[in-house]
Amino acid sequence: MIDFRTHPDDYRHWRLAVDGAIATLALDVDEGGAIAGDYTLKLNSYDLGVDIELADAVQRLRFEHPLVRAVVLASGKDRVFCAGANISMLATSSHIDKVNFCKFTNETRNAIEDASANSGQRWMTAIAGTAAGGGYELALATDHILLVDDGSTAVSLPEVPLLAVLPGTGGLTRVVDKRCVRRDRADFFCTTGEGVRGRRALEWNLVDELVPRSRLDDAVAARAAALAEDSDRPAEAKGIALPPLARTVTDDGLAYAHVHVALDRARGTATLTVSAPDAPPPVEPDAIYAAGADFWPLALARELDDAILHLRFNEPALGTWILKTAGEADQVAAADAALAANAGDWLVREIALYLKRTLKRLDVSARSLVALIEPGSCFTGTLLELALAADRSFMLDGSFEDSNLPPATVRLTAMNTGPLPMANGLSRLASRFFGDDAALGNALDAVGDDLDAEAADALGLVTFAPDDIDWEDEVRIAIEARAAFSPDALSGMEASLRFAGPETLETKIFGRLSAWQNWIFQRPNTVGPDGALKLYGSGVQPTFDRNRV
Amino acid sequence: MQVDLNERIPNNVGLADDRRLLRALERWQPAFLDWWRDLGPVGALQHDVYLRTAIGVDSDGWAHFDHVKMPDYRWGIFLAEPEAERRINFGIHKGEPAWQELPGEYRAELRRLIVIQGDTEPASVEQQRRLGLTAPSLYDLRNLYQVNVEEGRHLWAMVYLLHAFFGRDGREEAEELLARHAGDADKPRTLEAFNEPTDDWLSFFMYTFFQDRDGKFQLCALAESGFDPLSRTCRFMLTEEAHHMFVGESGVMRIVQRTCAKMREHDTDDVAPFGAVPLALLQKWINLHYSICLDLFGSENSTNAANYYAMGLKGRYHEMKFDDDHVLSDRTVTVPGIEGGKLVSQEVTALKAMNETLRESYMDDSQRGLNRFNKMIRSFDIDVELRLPHRAFHRNIGAFAGIRAAPDGTLIDEVTWAAKRDDWLPSAADRAFVESLMHPVSTPGAVAGWIAPPKRGIHGQPLDYRYVEFH
Repeated sequence: MIDFRTHPDDYRHWRLAVDGAIATLALDVDEGGAIAGDYTLKLNSYDLGVDIELADAVQRLRFEHPLVRAVVLASGKDRVFCAGANISMLATSSHIDKVNFCKFTNETRNAIEDASANSGQRWMTAIAGTAAGGGYELALATDHILLVDDGSTAVSLPEVPLLAVLPGTGGLTRVVDKRCVRRDRADFFCTTGEGVRGRRALEWNLVDELVPRSRLDDAVAARAAALAEDSDRPAEAKGIALPPLARTVTDDGLAYAHVHVALDRARGTATLTVSAPDAPPPVEPDAIYAAGADFWPLALARELDDAILHLRFNEPALGTWILKTAGEADQVAAADAALAANAGDWLVREIALYLKRTLKRLDVSARSLVALIEPGSCFTGTLLELALAADRSFMLDGSFEDSNLPPATVRLTAMNTGPLPMANGLSRLASRFFGDDAALGNALDAVGDDLDAEAADALGLVTFAPDDIDWEDEVRIAIEARAAFSPDALSGMEASLRFAGPETLETKIFGRLSAWQNWIFQRPNTVGPDGALKLYGSGVQPTFDRNRV
Repeated sequence: MQVDLNERIPNNVGLADDRRLLRALERWQPAFLDWWRDLGPVGALQHDVYLRTAIGVDSDGWAHFDHVKMPDYRWGIFLAEPEAERRINFGIHKGEPAWQELPGEYRAELRRLIVIQGDTEPASVEQQRRLGLTAPSLYDLRNLYQVNVEEGRHLWAMVYLLHAFFGRDGREEAEELLARHAGDADKPRTLEAFNEPTDDWLSFFMYTFFQDRDGKFQLCALAESGFDPLSRTCRFMLTEEAHHMFVGESGVMRIVQRTCAKMREHDTDDVAPFGAVPLALLQKWINLHYSICLDLFGSENSTNAANYYAMGLKGRYHEMKFDDDHVLSDRTVTVPGIEGGKLVSQEVTALKAMNETLRESYMDDSQRGLNRFNKMIRSFDIDVELRLPHRAFHRNIGAFAGIRAAPDGTLIDEVTWAAKRDDWLPSAADRAFVESLMHPVSTPGAVAGWIAPPKRGIHGQPLDYRYVEFH
C-alpha cells in the first residue's frame, strides 16, 4: 500500500533548512531508496517516494513556516541538479502506475506555482549541474531559474530524442505558455538531448539568470532576498503543526475524523462520506490558530486529500466514487463564514488554498463521481463543491418513507462563488453554467438560501431529483450502468466534459499534455518490445513504426 | 588571412579549399594562441625548444625536428591515411560502409564523445603549466614541452572535427574548450581528474604513465569508430600519445633506477635523506594516479557506453581481436560490484559493461608497465615490488564510489580509512618532501639527483645538447 503521509524527520531524499524568510529545499536522493521495485535512483532522479516527500515539504512550508517568503530549490549533490523521473522505474512501471505518478507529480508542481502565486511564498531554483527532463520541469514550476554558467551545466528536455516520450510534467506546456519561449526554439530545445546552457539558455528565456559557479551562493541569497521582499506573508506569526494524519485502514474502508470511505468491491464503488463539524467552528483568528490542524476546514482538506490519493493509487478497480455528506448544514456554513471573515489572514488563506487544491485533485481524478444528496446531508458551501464536482448528482425529493429526517436541502455560500476555482480558473458554478449567464445569475441570487430538491433542480444545481419511490432504482441503475462502460472511455469522456470554458496552463497540462503522454505511454514505439522506453539503457537501439498517426 | 592560415597550419584535410573550416579557424586560431599565452607553460613563450613537428602523415613528414618558440609551433590537422572501403566493424551497423559524413541520428552522441575527449587535451596543458619552473634537466624540460604542444595539437584535432562536421554548435563547443579551465572554480574542466594541478615531476611522470595511458585506450576505442573522420583523427593522435607514455614510463623508470642505486649505496630503504624518492612514496603516487584513472573509464554498468557501442561510435580496445560477433546484443558478462557490503561479481549485458571491458584492458596494460619497473628493482637485488592497488581502492565513480577499501581490496570502515589514508596516498608531508626535491637544472647534460640520466638523447642528439635555449 502506498502511504502519502510523511514528515521531514523521515525524509530520505530531501533536506529542508529554514533560515528566517528563506527556506532551502535540497534534493539529495538516496540512490537505494526506491519506493518499490528494483531500480537505483542515480543522479538525483526521482520516483513517487521522492515526490511524496516533496509534496509534503511544499505543504509544510506553507503551514508550519509562515515567515518563509522565498524557497530555494537546489541540489544536495555536486555536479547534478536532478536527472528527472527515474527511467528504469518508468520502463518497469505498469501503465496505471505511470499515469498516476505523472498526475501526482504534476499536482505537486502546480502546488509550487500556487504557493508562488497565491501564498506569498516565492519559489526559485538554483541549478549547478545537470537539470534534465523532470529536473528542469521542477525548475520550470518555480518563479525564477538561476543557472550556473560553467560551460557545461545545461538544462534539457531530452525525453523525445532519448526515450520517445514527452516531458510530461508540464515541461512542454510551461516552456511555451509560461516562459514564452518561441515555439521554433522550443522545438529545437526539446529535440536536443544534451540541452542548452549558458548564454543561449538565457537568451531563449529557458532560465532567468546566469552566475559564475563561485558566485552561486551569493547570487542565490540575493535573489531569494529580493523575492522575499515582495511577499505579503506576516512579519510575525507562529506556524501550525501538521501532525500525522490519524486514520484507520481496513479491508473494506478507511476512516478519518471527518471522512469515511466505504469500499464495495463487488460494485466497484467507494463511498466517501464527509461530515460537518459537530460543534460550531471557531471564528476568531486566535481560536482558529489554537484549533490548528483540528480546525474543521483544514482537517477536512487534509483528510479528503489523503483519501483521494489513497483511492487513486491503492484502489484502481473502484471506478466510481459516491460522494455523500452528513451533519448540520449550519455548521458548514459557519465554517465557511469563518473562512470568509478572515480571508486576509495568512493561515485562513492557506486553508482556503488547500481546499482549492484538494477539490482540484478530485476534478482530475479518473473516476466517475456521483453525488447523492439525501436527508441528513449537508451539501452546503465548501461541501456543495463535492456535488458540483460530480459528473452526476441525485437529490432526493422529500424524505424516505421509513425515516423522520427532514428533506435534504443544499445551500450556496461565498465559498461557491470564487475562492475554490477549478483548473480552468472558473468556479465550479461558473463552469457548470458556462455560456449561460442567466442560469449563473439565478444561482448566485440564491446564495444563502436553503434549497430543496425542486428548487435545486430548477436552478440546475443537481442532475436529477427522484422521489423516494424512484430513488433506489434510479441510483442503482445509474451506478451499475456506469460500471459496465469501458473505464478508459469514461476517463476520457469525463475529463473532456468537466472543464468547460477557457484553457489555462493547468488544463493544458492535464488535458493536452497528459492525454498525449498517456497515449504515447501505450504505443509500441515507446513500450513495445522494440520501443525506446523498454530498450533504454540496454544499448539496443529502438525500432520505430514509421507511420505517423 | 585565409592563405596565411593555410600556410601556417600543416594539414592533410584540404584546408585551403574548405571555406567552412577556414572561417571557423579564423576565429578560433587567435583564441587558441591567446589561451596558450595565458594558460600554457609558465614563462616559456620565448624559449627556443627542440621540438618535433608533424608536417605530414607519411614517414618523412611526421617527425620534423627543429628549435622553435612554442607560440610559433605549427599545430597541424592530420588524419591517418584513409583505408579504402572501410566498413563499420561492430554494433548494429556492422558491415555497413563507415560514415564519411556525420550521421544525423548520432550527432548528439558524437558531439559529446568528441567534446569529452577534447576537453582533456588542453586541461593537461593547464595542469602541467608550472612544471617548466622545476625541470630536472633540459632533456626533461624539452619532453614536457613536446607533450604540451602535442596535447595542444590533440585539441586542434578535436576542434577540427567540431568545426568540420557540427556547424554552429561545433564552433560554440570549440570556444568552450578554451573557456573551461583546469581548476577554475567557475568553469572547471568536465572530468574531475583534469582539475587537479600537476605541480611536481613525480606527478608529471605518473600522469604521463597513467593518465596518458587512459588517453591511449580512449583513443584506441574511438579509433574503432564507424565515423571515419573520428577514427582517422584518433589513429594519428595515437602515434603522439605513445611518445607521452614513453616520457612517463622512462621517467618513472629513471626515478626507480636512481632510488635503487641509492638504496644499495646506503643500504637502506629510506633514501629520502640522500635526496632520492623512497619506493614507498612511489607506491603512494601509483595508488593515487591509478585509482583516479580507473575512475576515468566511468561506471561498470553504463547506458551511455552501451549506446556508443551499439551505435558504432566507440568500440573496444583492438575490437577485431575479440572473438565474438561484435554486436553483443544477447551476451552477458560479469562486472565487479558491491552487494551487502561485500565485493561480488554481477552479471550485466556485455553492452552495458563496455566501460569495464575497456578498463580491464587498461589494467592489464598498466600491470605490464609496473612489471618493467619491478624488473629494474630486482636487477638491484632489492626485494620490493610496486603494485597496482585493488580496483576498489580510492574510487569516486562507479560501484566502489560509496565504500572504503584498502589497496589490497579489503573493505574497511571510515575510521580505519582516516587512520590509514596517509599510509596509502600522498600525505602533505610526502608532497612537501617531493616538492623539496624540485629544483630546476638547466645546465646542458646535467640531471637532478633524484632521477637517473636518460639512456640516450633525442633524435640522435647527445645528452648535453641544448634542448631548450632560454631567452
